[in-house]
Amino acid sequence: MSKPLIKEYSSPGRKGYSLPTLDVPDINLEEELNPKFIRQQLDLPELSEVDVARHFTSLSQKNYGVDSGIYPLGSCTMKYNPKINEDIARIEGLSNLHPYQEDKDLQGSLKILYELKNNLAEISGMDEVTLQPASGAHGELTALMIIKQYFKDKGEERKKIVVPDSAHGTNPASAAMAGFEVVELKSNERGMIDLDKLRGLVDEDTAALMLTNPNTLGIFEREILEVAEIVHGVGGLLYYDGANMNAIMGYVRPGDMDFDLMHFNLHKTFSTPHGGGGPGSGPVGVKKFLTSYLPKPVLIKEGNFFKWEYHRPHSIGRVHSFYGNYSVILRAYAYIKALGADGLRKVTENAVLNANYMKAKLKDVYYLPYEEDSLHEFVLSASKQKEKGATTLNIAKRLLDYGQYAPTIYFPLVVKEALMIEPTETENITTLNKFIATMINISREIENNIEIVKNAPHNTTIKKLDEVKAARKPDLRW
Amino acid sequence: MDYIANTPQEKEEMLAAIGVQKIAELFSGIPRKVKLDCPLDIPAGISEMELAHDLKEIAQKNLSLGEVISFLGAGAYDHYIPAIVDHLILRSEFYTAYTPYQAELSQGTLQAVYEYQSMISDLTAMDLANASLLDGGSALGEAVLMASRISRKKKILISQSLHPAYREVARTYGRQQGLEFIQLQLNNTVTDLLELDKTIDQETAAVVIQYPNFFGSIEDMNRIENIISPYKNVLLLMVVNPLALGLLRPPGDFGADIVIGEGQVLGSPLNYGGPYLGFMAVKKRYLRQMPGRVVGATTDESGKRGFVLTMQTREQHIRREKATSNICTNEALNALSAAIYMSIMGRQGLREVAEQCCKKAHYLANRINKIPGFKVVNKSDYFHEFLLETDYSIDKVKKEMSKRGVIAGVDISRFDYKKEGLLVCVTEKRNRGELDKYLTVLEAISGE
Ligand SMILES: Cc1ncc(COP(=O)(O)O)c(C=O)c1O
Repeated sequence: MSKPLIKEYSSPGRKGYSLPTLDVPDINLEEELNPKFIRQQLDLPELSEVDVARHFTSLSQKNYGVDSGIYPLGSCTMKYNPKINEDIARIEGLSNLHPYQEDKDLQGSLKILYELKNNLAEISGMDEVTLQPASGAHGELTALMIIKQYFKDKGEERKKIVVPDSAHGTNPASAAMAGFEVVELKSNERGMIDLDKLRGLVDEDTAALMLTNPNTLGIFEREILEVAEIVHGVGGLLYYDGANMNAIMGYVRPGDMDFDLMHFNLHKTFSTPHGGGGPGSGPVGVKKFLTSYLPKPVLIKEGNFFKWEYHRPHSIGRVHSFYGNYSVILRAYAYIKALGADGLRKVTENAVLNANYMKAKLKDVYYLPYEEDSLHEFVLSASKQKEKGATTLNIAKRLLDYGQYAPTIYFPLVVKEALMIEPTETENITTLNKFIATMINISREIENNIEIVKNAPHNTTIKKLDEVKAARKPDLRW
Repeated sequence: MDYIANTPQEKEEMLAAIGVQKIAELFSGIPRKVKLDCPLDIPAGISEMELAHDLKEIAQKNLSLGEVISFLGAGAYDHYIPAIVDHLILRSEFYTAYTPYQAELSQGTLQAVYEYQSMISDLTAMDLANASLLDGGSALGEAVLMASRISRKKKILISQSLHPAYREVARTYGRQQGLEFIQLQLNNTVTDLLELDKTIDQETAAVVIQYPNFFGSIEDMNRIENIISPYKNVLLLMVVNPLALGLLRPPGDFGADIVIGEGQVLGSPLNYGGPYLGFMAVKKRYLRQMPGRVVGATTDESGKRGFVLTMQTREQHIRREKATSNICTNEALNALSAAIYMSIMGRQGLREVAEQCCKKAHYLANRINKIPGFKVVNKSDYFHEFLLETDYSIDKVKKEMSKRGVIAGVDISRFDYKKEGLLVCVTEKRNRGELDKYLTVLEAISGE
């Protein structure tokens, strides 16, 4: 039996809520308001509190989070989230605040926001940061709008954004949304930027190159300063996708690599939980010459007073109704406070150590397409296993049978049968060994008993789902 | 505290397995020229106890809404959230999960989102809804781009009665695609429909109306529908407060094409403006033009119902620059809160909250109108918010209120209106005593 939908527990007249008795003189809304505005029918379920509690508890039991076990999703950085941060985000004096309260009444929170943006500027080597974007991709879009406005003000209509073929899909999508044309740059055989190809691609029409470093293969682009020189040489800007910041904190800064602007993924690097797909937060950092374009309002400090400044004539405008995902930002702030400079550097070291350990243990069993040194994540290919008849997807599903979440699969696009693994610093060697053993075991199964892998998963509450049917005959609501 | 799990011995063991001596060697791929040669200028880390202590101390510098009587609204509303909502979203299998890429281990999130989509569709009386957008403002940004894609036109008529911040965000998004925004003027606190009638033409991509609008007034959607419907291929885009839909006729009744709004009112705390919940509901035929993720029901090999992320061919990781939007991380946890909130309140509860808000607001407004020197501007029907005009200075009113622990409302001088006044919001959380206090202060000012 599949789990009933919440609606299926509904019973007319059942009630789970309570409200105080109306204490103002009652009025007939059909008379007070124009009756043609009044709703006649509303189809929401009717349930008691215990129904709701049991239903969603039972759903949660069909879910897997970082607290359930390892979540080695490369690029997504699923590290453990300290519980204290949840408590902090719920401190009444920090959370029960309205966005239109006056600055003078919110000096505590404004101080937090101000310090965090300065910390992010320091960590990244940027000059100024806005906390307004609500996700990584939202940060990308914001940054691309800044790029567009910058060139417009210079009287240039640059149309092209160069994106490596290994880039995350949000990069080209954000560029297109910001009204640019996307030009793809093919990586070389080492999985890195090919300087000659780059030279051949960029010209006076190039607005920017979008890049993450280490790239999505986990490999550091050594020739980054040359890359910067080439892009800057044609007057273009260099944009840093900060999804991989946990590979470099305290070691190198995008600003020092000559990047002009970037976004952060607070929900990855700074340990704020992903909530099953959000909320996130995607602050944008820029070098000095771009600060006037940042979305408004901008948080400033006058003497010891923190305040929002709205008069920003060069700003690209607002990208969010209010100031961004404040309570996600609070968690990131708490995280940075707890770690300090030394802790952040250790995070990087241990994320890199864990990834390299796993790579060393797995690279003989699975094919390692790029031999280059990698940092916090690495990409394997199941091409050897594919020859025997099992795909990356089969391997991912079989992992679920063993109670472990699967790596990112089929990304980056430059690797066939890609398995992108990022253990993060919060896992210990015991957990890593277990995952390694499972991966090796699955490879053995492919040799000895391939059907069990091809038909996986077997142990999950639900078996392989018919995705084709879901797409052909969309059933998106009850 | 650094939250790192390996002991020094374990680290040694791992280095040996990798075949290096020191951790620093793992970073040898980074050229010296770019390497940071000094520690970051960030204070040393602290313990959990100190962290909790320090943050509570910082919190003291804020005036929390728990310490005052607040009449603030304007797009962020202080509603009661039943205790069960936070308890359930705090289940770590929900909040520490990622986007449900492996459906078999993510059925909890997926089913909850499917239920959320269903309830949003019911509430708005639209065919279907997506799995959430970033917030109300950016949802409008996405919606105007979508309307332009569908109609293949660039002109957007947007009412001034729409939240000023939403209009700003829409402009920021639309500018990049060359959208042209034409603002429809106000007539009192609603859209000037004569102007709409004069301005709309075959070049119009969409007409954007908020319901109830920024001033709390309920726009006459029947008349608006009648003005738009003779024009072919002009979309009606409605921005709605989903809680008000417990009481008010839903957008589906007025032929809306795209409905977006702020779902914060459905179980998300105020949190100083975020994270909130952008929602979008549309007519079925626009499914492929809709931004964001959607969850669909399907079956597994044994015929059992299950849920997956679907229609992904619209999305950035498949179509890259051809995608219908760049949305990747959205607001799944807020969508879960909304699903729980709608479930616990149910049809009766949502109706009752909406009615209480409306009745209490009307009580306050009707009494205010009896106090000399104060007047409610809204002439037409309003939901739980209204614009208060006064012969006295707004600053004086704010100060007198504040002395008695009351935040009088949102001073609209911060926006782009030529009007002055306080936007006053009353939710079900305000009791009679608090409303009467508001009146007492106004009477005192009036009697001076
Ligand atoms: C490399 C990279 N860039 C950008 C993003 C987009 O971030 P978000 O999901 O917060 O929009 C991601 C996350 O999926 C990513 O891994």
